[in-house]
Order: sequence, then C-alpha cells, then structure tokens
Amino acid sequence: MNPIEQLVTYLSYPFVVNALLVGVLVALCASLLGTTLVMKRLSFIGDGLSHVAFGAYAVAAVAGITHDMLIIAPMTVIAAVLLLKRGQSAKVKGDAAITMMAVTALAAGYLIMNVFGTRSNVSGDVCSTLFGSTSVLTLTPFDVAVCAVMSVIVVSCFVLLYNRVFAVTFDEAFAQASGLPVGRYNLAIAVMIALVIVVGMNLVGALLLSALVVFPALAAMRVCRTFRNVTIVAACIGVACALVGMLASILAGTPVGSTIVMCDALAFGLFCLIERAREGRGA
Amino acid sequence: MAYLTCTDLSVGYGGSPVVSGIDFSIGAGDALFVVGENGAGKSTLLKTLLGLLPPISGSISFGDGATAGEIGYLPQRNESQRDFPASAWEIALSGRASCLGRRPFYSKADRAATEQAMRRVGAFELREAPFGSLSGGQQQRVLLARALALEPLLLVLDEPTTGLDPKATEALYETVDELRAAGAGVLAVTHDVDVALPHATQVLEVGADTAGIVTPSLPERPGASVASPDDESCEPLSAAVPEALPTQEQGGGAA
Repeated sequence: MNPIEQLVTYLSYPFVVNALLVGVLVALCASLLGTTLVMKRLSFIGDGLSHVAFGAYAVAAVAGITHDMLIIAPMTVIAAVLLLKRGQSAKVKGDAAITMMAVTALAAGYLIMNVFGTRSNVSGDVCSTLFGSTSVLTLTPFDVAVCAVMSVIVVSCFVLLYNRVFAVTFDEAFAQASGLPVGRYNLAIAVMIALVIVVGMNLVGALLLSALVVFPALAAMRVCRTFRNVTIVAACIGVACALVGMLASILAGTPVGSTIVMCDALAFGLFCLIERAREGRGA
Repeated sequence: MAYLTCTDLSVGYGGSPVVSGIDFSIGAGDALFVVGENGAGKSTLLKTLLGLLPPISGSISFGDGATAGEIGYLPQRNESQRDFPASAWEIALSGRASCLGRRPFYSKADRAATEQAMRRVGAFELREAPFGSLSGGQQQRVLLARALALEPLLLVLDEPTTGLDPKATEALYETVDELRAAGAGVLAVTHDVDVALPHATQVLEVGADTAGIVTPSLPERPGASVASPDDESCEPLSAAVPEALPTQEQGGGAA
C-alpha cells in the first residue's frame, strides 16, 4: 500500500477521525492562548499546571473513575486559580511556587499510582500520561465530546474577550488604572489555560503540552508584527502542526505527542529562517 | 471643586507609610509635578492614586466629573513592551477597553475616539507601524494617545520623558500643555525637574516621610525647599508657563 491508500484506510476508522478532531481543537485552543502566555511571561504556568493535571489523573485512575476528565478538569482549574491568587501576595515568588506545586503533584501522582494502582502496567500508564503515546487513538466518544465542548468554550471565550485580553496582556497597570477589572480577566485566562491543558493531556501528554502553547506563538512572532496577525498565524501554525504530526505518526508508527511537538519545533525553526531571510533582504 | 483632591494622605506598603502629609488638588488646567529622590515614594503615591495600592490614611477624592476609574495613565516606559507584537493602532485602541461594557468588540465611537486621540498627539500617521519599530518619543506618543482615547479629565504621567532626547521631551511637554489648556488636569512624576518646571503650575516635593507643595515660580532649586504641607493655595499659575501653545504639527517632530 502506498501512503495515500494507507491514510484513506486509516481515515475510514472513526477513532482516527476522532483523534484528528480532538488534536485540531486542542492545538487551536493552545495556540490562541500562546501569545498571551508568552508575552505575560506565564508559559511556565502551563507547564506547572500540566504536572498538576497528571497528579489529578493518578487520583482518578486509582479511584477507578471512568470519566477521569470530571476529576482532572476541576482540580487543574483550582490549581490555576490558586497559582494566580498566590502571585499577588506570595511569600514564595512566581516560578518557585509553580515549581513546588508541579513537582509535588508529579511525585504524588506517581506515588499514588505505584502504591494504590490496581492495573498491572503502571509504568506504561505513567508513560502514556506523561508523553501522550497512543492514548489519543483510544479516545471514547465521551472523551471526544468533552474535548469538543471545552474547546468550543475556550475558543468562544477567547474571541469574546480578545480585546480585553489584549489590554491586560499589554499593560496590566494601565488597564487597572482605566477601570478594567484586571483580576477577573487574569482569572479567565488562567481557567482557559487549565481547560486547554486538561484536553491536551490526552493528545501529547502532560510533559510535552507546553510545546503546543509556546511554539506556534513564538513562530508567528518571528514574522508578524501586529497582535491580531500573530494570533491568527499562531492558530494556523498550531492546527497545521497538529494535523501533520498526527498523520505522520499514524503512517510512521511514531508516538503521537512527540511527533506533533517535533513538527512544532521544525515550524519554529522555519519561521526563524523566514525572518532572517526577510531581514537580510530588507535591511 | 477639583478633579482630584488629596487630604492629609499617607501612602505606603503593608500599613507602614512611606510618605505622609500629602495635600494637593488638581483642577482643570493644572499641572502638578511630583519630584523627589529615587525611593522617596513617588511611585508609591502614584500607585495609590491609580487604585493599585490602598491608602494608609487620609483621603483621595475625585470630583468635577472625574472618577477613580477614568484616569488617563501614561506609565513609565517598560523594556518588555519593546518587543510586544502589536501595531500602534492596536495599542492606542486598547485604551478604550474599559469602555467596552458588555460589548465584546470596539464600536465606531471607540475607533473615532482613538483616531482623535492619535491625531491630537501627532501619532496618527504611525498607526500601522509595529510598536517595537518606533522611537522612544513615538512610543510615548502612542501610549499618550492610548491614555487620551479614554477621554479622561485627569492625566497621570509617570516619568514621561525618561530615555527621550531633549527634542522629543520638549515636544511631549508641549502636547501636555495643549491638553492642559483644553481643560485636562495633569499629575506628572519626574526626576528631571529643570526640563519639567516651565510646564508645571504646582510642584509637590516628596521625600523624608513628608511631602510639601512648592510653587514653581520659586527660582533655582525647588528640590531643596522645605514647604509647609498644609499650603493649599497654589492655584495661581506661575509666569513660567509658556504663553503661546504650539500647534500639533510642531509636536509631531518626535522622531
């Protein structure tokens, strides 16, 4: 079979289509929020939250909850809110607090799975949660539905709040002085990140998730100079990399998450080259 | 009635005052310049006025149509904004974000107000340019336009001329003079007293736990004078305020 026929065969399976759908939705949400996170110097929060999501996953797995998203989503959102609230009156500052929370959740998650785990293949479970591996192809219709709903919520919130998010991202102090409820919008941003992480964990795994957030935005910032264009181009890059990565992983039999992330890294490199070529010509 | 009146105000962090005994009021056409050493509490005062910090004691009251949530704020220039991917127009328009109310997107009125603000500071031609590609003076104009897009009665400027060359500095202050003449009240924090002085109607010296008003017509060394904190009658404009206000075109030469 040539690759095209192979692809057509795969695409006739509903679980493959499900996987592609979820992948595109997750990549879209992640890349939309990416620019804000990068410019607010918050990309680390995404990383920290994904570790918390892993801890929550362990709890759900051990407790034998089938719809584990119903546990992971609220716990991650709460962690996001706590991190943000702490940021304002913290004794332990920003990145250190996030690191503490992240490693504690990671260690606790592994410990719980190891000690209380009932399934035989603990290291396989842990590996697939951290790196995504094949789990995206075993999504149930319920998982797909939850992913779709959350993605629609995140995308529509982002579009509706776009102008406010821009104001808060560019200059928090000004926004506050001009009467914008900055705290509320920061909270909205944190909740959106948490939701993206929850739905993204199935796709690329907890450890690789930040790549979906950071790479498209950074790549778009190489060539675009307005916030609107950066946001649109980042969304396109994110979606394209997710699609290409997933198809490549199906054809080549490579792990889904790692393949998508490598695509993102390559896209970033490509956009760096484009920027350099432009500068070489322009200046 | 004045736009902003502070009475026996103490500002500081965590309950301990940095500066006390601040008394002043700013009305239409006033320009109060706050001067003082680094760490004397200028920024603390500013943050308190903007509502970013609660006052320790005393009162801040707004009047004459000005409200706490409608201050046109020109923050100190921030290096991290230099590489922010946004056009000048996007940034100026974001000054209207607090006018959105329940609407998700900007209206025609928001765009019109932003355009007017940009024209007023001579930055409308720059609207398409990426913010990071602008000179320091041009960036300050765009940020001033953002503050003006809100159509505020009270303008608060934090070190507005830091990093600007003398020409851009003078152009910026001329624009501020125009705004003042059009009925705005201005409060500016600066360490560059000599340049700012001709544009001030009052000078508030902050330092050593207390603050005092000195009139800018007092010559030579305003930083050294000790003034009584209860001196409220500083309304009369000093002779130092320039008579002829320059036109907008002249103000545009900040590049």
